[in-house]
Order: sequence, then C-alpha cells, then structure tokens
Amino acid sequence: MATIQPIAENEQHPDVALVERVRAGDISAYDTLVRKYDRQVFRIAQHITQNREDAEDVMQDAFLKAYEKLDQFQGNSKFYTWLVRIAVNESLMRLRKRRTGKMVSIDEDVETEEGSVPRDLADWAPDPEQNYTQAELAEILRKTIQGLPQGFRVVFVLRDVEGLSTEETAETLGLSVPAVKSRLLRARLQLRERLTRYFRRKKGGEK
Amino acid sequence: MTCTEFLAQLDDLIDDVVTTQMRADLKEHLRGCEHCEVTLNTTRKTIEIYRSHEIYELPTGLRERLHKAIMERCKKGC
Repeated sequence: MATIQPIAENEQHPDVALVERVRAGDISAYDTLVRKYDRQVFRIAQHITQNREDAEDVMQDAFLKAYEKLDQFQGNSKFYTWLVRIAVNESLMRLRKRRTGKMVSIDEDVETEEGSVPRDLADWAPDPEQNYTQAELAEILRKTIQGLPQGFRVVFVLRDVEGLSTEETAETLGLSVPAVKSRLLRARLQLRERLTRYFRRKKGGEK
Repeated sequence: MTCTEFLAQLDDLIDDVVTTQMRADLKEHLRGCEHCEVTLNTTRKTIEIYRSHEIYELPTGLRERLHKAIMERCKKGC
C-alpha cells in the first residue's frame, strides 16, 4: 500500500510545532489544534454516522483519543491526516454500537455496486444552484450524498470535500490507491447522476 | 478513444494529473462527444458544489460546548 509522502525536511508543517508544545505540557496549543480542525472532524463524523448526536460524541472522543495518543503520532504524516483517521475509526465504532453486533466497515455495500455506472446525460442549467434557497440546496446535497454507499461516500468526502490526497485517503481508510481511485470515480459519477435530477436544464421557458 | 476509455481517465483529467499526450487525446475525444463533455462539466460542478456548500454546519453554541468539554477532560488527563 502507498504511504503518505513525508513532508520535505526544510518545510515543517505549523501543526508540528503545536504538537511539540502539547507534548511539552502546553495544553493551550491543543486548544489551538482543536479549534483548527473541529469543523472538519464534525463534518466527517456526520457524513459517516449520519446522526447529529453520534457526530457530537465522535468529535469529543476523537479529540480526546488524539490527545491521549499524541506520543504515538510519528510526524511522518500530517497531524490532520492522523486525526482524520482516528475520527473515521471512531465514527465506524459508533455505527457498530448503533447497529448492535452488525459489522460495519467502509467496504459495506461497495461490492454490490461494482459494475455499471448509470449515465443520465442531460446537461445542467447554468448556475443550477440559483434555483434553490441555501436551505433547499443543503437539503438536496445532504439527501444526495446520503444515498451513496458508505464506502463511496467516505472516499468522496475525504478526497473531494476535505481535500486529502489520494494517497492520504488510502492510508486513512486502509485501502489501496487503486481502490480509492475506483471508488472516487464511482462516487463522483453517481453524485453527478443524482444531482442531475435537480439541476437539469429545463426545456423552453420552464423554470 | 471510446467513451469508456474517456471515463477511465475522467478523475485524472479533473485532478489535472494526466500526461500532455493523454490530455491531447482526451480533448480530441471531447471535440466529437457531447455526452462526455456534459459528463466532464457536470462532474466538475458536482465536486465544486460539495466543496463550496457547508451541509453539516457546526453551530457556534454547540462548538463552544463541545470544545469546553474536550479541553476540560484533557486538562484532567482524559
């Protein structure tokens, strides 16, 4: 499996200094790290658990676990990537608890989705989001992404929404790079297909 | 190039990691294939729309409450 590219020697990520300060006992530096990444952790937890209360618990547990395990953080990956990995694992654990006994993994549902990618080829209206209020649009986007199989959704969220590289996404999820690429393509195409329902260009004069 | 071959390169094209030669081949295909052009444009738009809209906001009140709880437990050594 591919590993995360080490950070160039002369280019230290600002988080490294914060982590060092926390290790030296300066808890205010951890406060800074929490504030820097809490929104992302909360968002990832919501995407995986699809439950607000679970996401709140995951956010707390992930930051506490990261704090406890900070000595194990090697610094050969980014602190953020390392934190995301903890958040993903905590989210999956929370799902398992909710579905008592049923195994939950990021592989869920993916196998049955292999094969054809549906293709609705209607073009979209220019600036299609203008036809909806912010609240309506957020609801459409939530509903649409919730319909994706978990294994595709997590890859799309980490890679396209949270901005991890393909290699970082693979490392975080314990997948191979080709598996991430294959899921990302399917996720992107399926989301596009589903959004077409709302965003397609209407024929003559219709809104 | 067939549409299937084009689709196989779609992510690399969107992520801008294709070789110069591949880019030229993909552009050549796009010139004659409206379907793939629509797919490319709307897939790009899909990514952009998810990137630019916050669908799971963390409200300030909740954020402060969670933050306080985390820091209090960290101070106690978890």
